[in-house]
Amino acid sequence: MTTDHTPTGLIGASIRRVEDPVLVAGKGCYVDDIQLPGMLYLAFLRTTYPHAKIISINTNAAKAMAGVLAVVTGEDVKQLNIPVAPMVQDQKIPPHPLLARGAVHEAGVAVAAVVAQSRALAQDAAGAIEVEYEALPSVIDAEKALEPGAPLAREELNSNICYVATKKGGDVDTAFAQAEHICRMHIASPRQVALAIEPRGIVVKPEPTGDLTVWLSTQAPHRVRGDLATALGFPEHKIRVIAPDVGGGFGSKGPLYREYVLACHLALKLGRPIKWIATRSEDFVTTIQGRDQAMTSELALKKDGTILGLKVRVVANLGAYLYSSTAGPPQRMMGMAPGSYQIQNCHVEVVAVFTNTTPTGPYRGAGRPESVLNIERLIDKAAKELGLDRLAMRRKNFIRPEQFPYKTGVGVEYDSGDYEKSLAEAMRLSDYDKLIRERDAARGRGELVGVGVSTFVEPSGGAGFESGTVRVERTGEITVLTGSSSHGQGHETSYAQVIADKMHVSMDHVAIRHGDTLAIQQGVGTFGSRSMVMGGGSMTLAAERVIQKARRIAAHLVEAAPEDMMQADGGFAVAGVPEKKVTWRQIAAAAYGGRVPPGMEPGLQETVFFDPRREAWGFGAHVAMVRIDRETGKPTIEKLVLVDDCGVIINPMIVEGQVHGGVAQGLGEALREQMLFGEEGQALTGTLMNYAVMRAGDMPHLTVGETITPNPFNPLGVKGVGEAGTNGAPPAVANAMMDALAPLGIDHIDMPYTAPKLWEAIRQAERRPAARS
Amino acid sequence: MFPASFGYVAAHSVEEAVQLLTKHGEDAKLLAGGHSLIPAMKLRLASPRTLIDLATVPGLRGVRMDGNTLAIGALTVYADVASSELVQKHLPGLVDAASVIGDVQVRNRGTIGGSIAHADPGADFPVILTALNASFVLQPRSGSRTVAADDFFIDFYTTAMAANEVLTEIRVPLPMAGSGTAYVKLPHPASGYVVVSAGALITRQPSGSCALARVALGGLGSGPVRAVATETELQGKPLTPEVIAAAAARAAEETDPEGDTYASAEYKRHVAIVYTRRAIEAAVQRASAS
Repeated sequence: MTTDHTPTGLIGASIRRVEDPVLVAGKGCYVDDIQLPGMLYLAFLRTTYPHAKIISINTNAAKAMAGVLAVVTGEDVKQLNIPVAPMVQDQKIPPHPLLARGAVHEAGVAVAAVVAQSRALAQDAAGAIEVEYEALPSVIDAEKALEPGAPLAREELNSNICYVATKKGGDVDTAFAQAEHICRMHIASPRQVALAIEPRGIVVKPEPTGDLTVWLSTQAPHRVRGDLATALGFPEHKIRVIAPDVGGGFGSKGPLYREYVLACHLALKLGRPIKWIATRSEDFVTTIQGRDQAMTSELALKKDGTILGLKVRVVANLGAYLYSSTAGPPQRMMGMAPGSYQIQNCHVEVVAVFTNTTPTGPYRGAGRPESVLNIERLIDKAAKELGLDRLAMRRKNFIRPEQFPYKTGVGVEYDSGDYEKSLAEAMRLSDYDKLIRERDAARGRGELVGVGVSTFVEPSGGAGFESGTVRVERTGEITVLTGSSSHGQGHETSYAQVIADKMHVSMDHVAIRHGDTLAIQQGVGTFGSRSMVMGGGSMTLAAERVIQKARRIAAHLVEAAPEDMMQADGGFAVAGVPEKKVTWRQIAAAAYGGRVPPGMEPGLQETVFFDPRREAWGFGAHVAMVRIDRETGKPTIEKLVLVDDCGVIINPMIVEGQVHGGVAQGLGEALREQMLFGEEGQALTGTLMNYAVMRAGDMPHLTVGETITPNPFNPLGVKGVGEAGTNGAPPAVANAMMDALAPLGIDHIDMPYTAPKLWEAIRQAERRPAARS
Repeated sequence: MFPASFGYVAAHSVEEAVQLLTKHGEDAKLLAGGHSLIPAMKLRLASPRTLIDLATVPGLRGVRMDGNTLAIGALTVYADVASSELVQKHLPGLVDAASVIGDVQVRNRGTIGGSIAHADPGADFPVILTALNASFVLQPRSGSRTVAADDFFIDFYTTAMAANEVLTEIRVPLPMAGSGTAYVKLPHPASGYVVVSAGALITRQPSGSCALARVALGGLGSGPVRAVATETELQGKPLTPEVIAAAAARAAEETDPEGDTYASAEYKRHVAIVYTRRAIEAAVQRASAS
């Protein structure tokens, strides 16, 4: 693609996504587009019992069907499990077989698998398998799972607790002893379904050489390859994982799933390629779900609003089985509890609980939205209880710009920030004072209108290292290999902007390659708002090394001193003599043609494994105005202003797109989405007919703004932004809803704010005589 | 999911469709727009052995005036109902309903006849067509018969149609002068189907009092439910906001909706009252404007 931007102006330019023409024309290649000769199809029989003993499995009819090549049950693959490394001390890790053995612990678990010559046949055969169960008592709610006498979700364990983790800072006891007021709150985050538009899937091909080629809809090809090798007991270096075009993931496509291991095992056994693509119904109940945490908090305060201390207890629902990432999200609270405020006296306890539900795990935000929701609702509630202005209270407790890098009460160091600045920008963009006047006028007419704010921080990057290779090819064109593989984020565009900018070439001189373990050095993947921070950081450092080497080669070619060589459009030039130019092509020809300075290695390629050993703390201020139809409870978002600070911005259009997408999922959580399980544990909202995902037509108008506070610890000055919408927007909406309902004396309702739920709360409040507005 | 395997045959006339239905019996299903049937087949809630496609039958599409009746071909898609000038002029309430079914793709494929014959309790057309006192033309082996909407919807997914009948036309009498029609709906946030809906036909005398009221509700039972108490309450009374509100307050009488994961039974009954009032108000407003 060509652009009007001069190469060095590429960072910060809103360049259209170069990957889109292929995708929107339907010419992309997703896993289901892979067709191989002799390919077989895998299908599963899944239980609808949340917890039951398996009495018998009869596979005779399925095995007898023409075109069926294999029917397997848990006993046939009992040596295979999902490998899970402990994340916390004393974490319990119950067995996680590929197919249920002896008992099922969540509705959706597969009891048997079929390999057949066609997809429909495999499904028909799976349907012909008969299983006899004996239902066992099940537990769905994590807090109830902790009550004495609750059924055991996993009968192998003696309790439902997977782990308890704590984090302490300062002197919490003294803080609470000195408190003039203590604000208490219990709040729960609804369980959400990740719902990537492309369901999970795999194609696996056993190669004649004994290698295994795997096409996988994944966010982390290298990580999954390592786990797959462990699970199969198969050498990692003989496995090639390719993530072709991937249609979204939102965290749910991070781990290694049961179906993947089984597909590989059966392909090796049968010596034929196998495909498995989840149906939407399967994807609903087998892919890790997000949130489902309940937080109980106490905030110790002085009467003037000064926060003295904070205690938070998180009860997190992990579901029935652990995937590699399942135990992670609840631990976020241990680093994020204080939010954007100076709270040095802090105590956080996380209790992670097994239940008979679909496993949870990272979902856009992955513990961040719960943490932000907790502190931002708590601040609003405390301000109301103390009769203080909620913005004044925020400002009073904000970490101030001059305090950065700032070490929080839970021992995390924030890199940089200016929370007052982003709040001021959000107030300006939303015309906050006018909103308040409109709200008051509407309130005077008996209407339920509310304004809410959240001023949040969000960590990004992290999760170890990321790798980047920058290679100048023989012709001077540039190939970048990144371990951060895209599943819709626009890597091919933003990374190319970075490298083209740094190397003074046009974007079409740069190709971004990712998502193939054969081509790419070891890498980690794309999640946790880490791509530009980690992937961008590593390739920038690699580019800097290439530029250094190239400068010496260029100097050698024109017989100048390296320090006299300046980067110029398309290569280097001698300082003060712009016509004395050396192009990347000439430099590359020298690098590969033996004309490098004495003692220098030939070639022009550098690889950097980047690990800043800290996360990047983005922040923002979101403002929401909502209206609730008093008669029906129907909520409407009247205004939503989102000011995010993600440091230096590479591509404003992509950043805005990330904010929009995050907000869509955040509003889903705030207004309508919730995965529900019935009394007997069956999925009640396991289809798109009853799980109310946000659609384009449901979106309100968004006003997106920004402040820019560069990250001093990142080569590009960037912070992540992919989760800003899911982190910041729901608490702003929650605070607005509670503000709207304040005249009725309602001070807390958990999300999602559906019309029936709001109506019920309004009706009950109106029945209380004192609560008339 | 994939449907169980099935056979397909295209009919080229209503007579042929009837013949095929008779031949294949209970194992056959008529395929119109396919927007209810195909999803049900993919979930294996329905596994017909044979689909008889009506798309190849000529003459079942479009809206025409037939004396004092608007005749709508059974294969007319929702979008064409909504954009029909005749419907817009005479039956804005039907436009209201046709415009809020599913999404754009559904409205361009789904047919009015399919919706009626399928009789989904969450469908919109049965409700508004009951309010409009429509009737449905059914073609059995020979001749044809017409069944009024009030007598057509028997139970969940069950109608007065015999197994070998084809629905060919929807006939809606033109409302008298001074009438207004309206339809309001609370859609399920996921499916878009009716949680509760109300359709109203109100005829207003020059004096301002109510000459005729037909009100039908969706979401409260196995199919459309007439709000008889509301209709009676309005009869002959001046159509003031107070009278309308008082009449609407009786809309949910004698209904016993089921609660679900989205809305409680209580909420549905409450919204039925609110939406009945809103539908009547909108109909009265249109009556006054006409």
